[in-house]
Amino acid sequence: MKTTKQLDRRSFIKVSALAGGGIMIGLYTEPELLSQGPGGRAAPQPTPVNPGTYITVHPDNTFTIIAKNPETGQGIRTSLPMIIAEEFDVDWKQVKIKQGDLDAKYGRDMGAPNVGQIEGGSTATPQNYTPHRNVGAAARMMMVNAAAQRFSVPTTELTTAGGVVRHAASNRTATYAQLAEVALKMPAMAVADIKLKDQATFKIMGTRIPSVDNLDIVTGKPAFSIDVNPPGMLHAVFEKCPVFGGKVVSANIEEVKKAPGVRHAFVVEPPAPPAAPAGGGGPGGGGGPRWASGVAIVADTWWHAQNARTKVLKVVWDEGAVASQSSVGYMAQIKAMADKASTAPAGGTGRSVKEGDAEAAFATAAKIVEAQYDFPLLSHAPLEPQDSTAWYKDGKLEIWSPSQIPNLNNAAVPAGVTPADVTFHLVRAGGGFGRRLVSEYDIEVSKIARMVADERTKAGQPSVAVKLLWSREDDMHFDNYRPAGYHYFKAGLDASGKLIAFRDFVASYGATSVVPAGEFPRGFTPNFWVSDSQVTPYNIPTGALRAPSTNGISFVMQGIIDEIAVAAGKDPLQYRLDLLNSPVTPGQNPPGGFNASRAIGVLEAVRDMSGWNNRSKLPKGTGMGVAFQYAHAGYVAYVAQVTVDSSKKVKVDKAWSAIDIGNQIINLSTSENLVEGGFVEGMSHLMAWEITIDKGRVVQNNFGQYNPARMRQLAPNSIEVKFLKTNFPPTGLGEPSLPPAPPAITNAIFAATGVRIRALPLAKQGYSWT
Amino acid sequence: MPYTLRINGQSKQVDVPADMPLLWVLRDVLNMKGTKFGCGIGACGACTVQLNGRAVRACQTQVSTVGNQEVKTIEGLSPDGSHPLQKAWMELDVPQCGYCQAGQLMTAAALLASKARPTDADIDSAMTGNICRCGTYLRIRKAIHLAANGGRRA
Repeated sequence: MKTTKQLDRRSFIKVSALAGGGIMIGLYTEPELLSQGPGGRAAPQPTPVNPGTYITVHPDNTFTIIAKNPETGQGIRTSLPMIIAEEFDVDWKQVKIKQGDLDAKYGRDMGAPNVGQIEGGSTATPQNYTPHRNVGAAARMMMVNAAAQRFSVPTTELTTAGGVVRHAASNRTATYAQLAEVALKMPAMAVADIKLKDQATFKIMGTRIPSVDNLDIVTGKPAFSIDVNPPGMLHAVFEKCPVFGGKVVSANIEEVKKAPGVRHAFVVEPPAPPAAPAGGGGPGGGGGPRWASGVAIVADTWWHAQNARTKVLKVVWDEGAVASQSSVGYMAQIKAMADKASTAPAGGTGRSVKEGDAEAAFATAAKIVEAQYDFPLLSHAPLEPQDSTAWYKDGKLEIWSPSQIPNLNNAAVPAGVTPADVTFHLVRAGGGFGRRLVSEYDIEVSKIARMVADERTKAGQPSVAVKLLWSREDDMHFDNYRPAGYHYFKAGLDASGKLIAFRDFVASYGATSVVPAGEFPRGFTPNFWVSDSQVTPYNIPTGALRAPSTNGISFVMQGIIDEIAVAAGKDPLQYRLDLLNSPVTPGQNPPGGFNASRAIGVLEAVRDMSGWNNRSKLPKGTGMGVAFQYAHAGYVAYVAQVTVDSSKKVKVDKAWSAIDIGNQIINLSTSENLVEGGFVEGMSHLMAWEITIDKGRVVQNNFGQYNPARMRQLAPNSIEVKFLKTNFPPTGLGEPSLPPAPPAITNAIFAATGVRIRALPLAKQGYSWT
Repeated sequence: MPYTLRINGQSKQVDVPADMPLLWVLRDVLNMKGTKFGCGIGACGACTVQLNGRAVRACQTQVSTVGNQEVKTIEGLSPDGSHPLQKAWMELDVPQCGYCQAGQLMTAAALLASKARPTDADIDSAMTGNICRCGTYLRIRKAIHLAANGGRRA
């Protein structure tokens, strides 16, 4: 199974559509989402809105609202119900939250049958904002209609607030609880008939609402996937070959079975390869869910299982062909490719682009800038390692999963049941960051739970649930890594410093998403050429990390633009503005949904917030850097102020962030938190994170070799966030807050020291945090 | 081996191997799921509990070494969220994914017990072993100050 899985975020969404068992058909991909509306693809026929699926009215006039999406820390269990509560016109303190299972009714009954239950691509807000408003508004209208019947008055004379309908003229009121029996039995409402609130009257959206799970979290209640504990549950580990694609030849299963606390141990054989090549091929891919060859050990506690694994288990592996691959070998190929950059074909695959004639323009340029940039493979490292719990019983499978893309087939196929025989619970996850877009653990636990149940049936024992928990080392060794990229830039400037030609040759391995074919400054320089070559063979799995593609591209593109500005003798922030203000075709934005006026907006705002224009007064060794990024429909600009001492110790003194994600922030508290978190994650990428491969294995094992940012590296109150309110529909924030953080800091290091950072991580170049 | 542990003011009997880490005794034997597994090598702080008021990593604490010491876990900080740190955490909406926060709270509670009004430097020094992968550090630091200040914002 561990062959190359070249799945970027968009592909994952398509994969779910293929393998969703009819549950998540026709999900938006990002470009399609952006092209909705005039000129875009016609939206699927809306279904009538049935708010009873989402809202339960209790006799005490409190309300349970369904949170339908997976929660991994982005605050969606709070923010989506806030949208319903707003339009329903109740007070937030009247609301309780219940997590919805995986069920097609949630899309259908909010009038958007094409919208599934996924956490990915910062799509939850743009996909669910209007449908959730419709749910709340339809429920409110039903309450008003029921009150109109009860009071024998026209609906136009009725108002609502706090879950009460009021007829002012007669001073009569009825609570939603009193009206519910009539109201929520009314027929589902056509989307076209639903009247939404005026945004200016919002009382809940735009305020700071603490997460609905905070009390459970701070009191240690079993809130997470790892805490799921059906009665009699056993604990499993799954030993896989450390080399990607390796297989079990033999294992000392009988000895393992004798280890203390062990109840079951067996070799898990991978499924036969699919008969026909199918898209994806990874877990949950077009060929159907696949699982690795390995050894499962199932015990009374996880520690017993892990102890048997580390102290008793001996496996003979067939390591396979990938054992000959290493980072050193990949780099040798990459260096050879770079030498041919000037003759690389443009390709025309969507990953490469050639506008104008960059080579000819270089010949006329007054100044040439050339630079090589690179960024490494990264692991996601959510703090909760991968886990999942499954129970096979009487031909049915029940699963409790932290997946970002819950998928019935991932449970059904390995357990040998139909998707209709799966009950799929969504459980809070200890971090996602894209790691849980791929759900091998769901597939593995469903296979193991079925094999355990079969063994127990034979032995006359009752079926039990099984929790599979990966160790931290498993999590780091079996990830779908953020693809690395090596960029060979050449830029030409005319005598005035104007950018007349831009070339990027990308030598890379991993997914295709590291090639910036559509990226700024495309559309703002007449000669723009991006091409690439891929290392082969390359069989390390790659996948989407928070803000896929731009999480690495922003570092290189915002770095080289900064270099170009400096070479032109210009203010780096103003240079970006000048480019954005002079598109090659006046009045026209480049493809991909990029809107220059919104990028200009965040850059000007962050300039003013940060005192950018006074930065010459900063002391020696301190500098400011700027970067902006368009990512997942959002616009984020950072200015970072950094101090660097003579021993390369770096301190981020302060960061300012201006953000445009449309006309409505849903939860201000979560939104600010996600921006702070995005910046801090950028600091982790920047300083210490790198995954390397040796003999087909991941070298790094645990946080000691993969150290995230720590509290002491964050100066108090050091991140200032401003949301611009623009006239665009609300979009997501989980991803856009990350990508421009590393280049803002590296550009600030240049401003402070004159040393240009062109490779990550910084620790390899002798830097450390103060 | 039979052990009698004192956990959150209660006496608990367990029969487990001497080298079993306290983390797994809590989670998988006593079904106290508040203490979290993050790395298994004492590098992330998610499993932090207190032994006689001292913050320790439960994944590195063998059950045989606990003896008579009073174990305090997140469940014992207060079951209803009334501890000043828990209140501050909720007021400032600290968590994102929330997985690290039990460990953060137990480290912070040990700090406040030894130093009622810690400085930023005291906090940074005490909390540096606790990873928050989501990056809520600014809010954690603020919440510790808020709790130390009796719930009044400085």
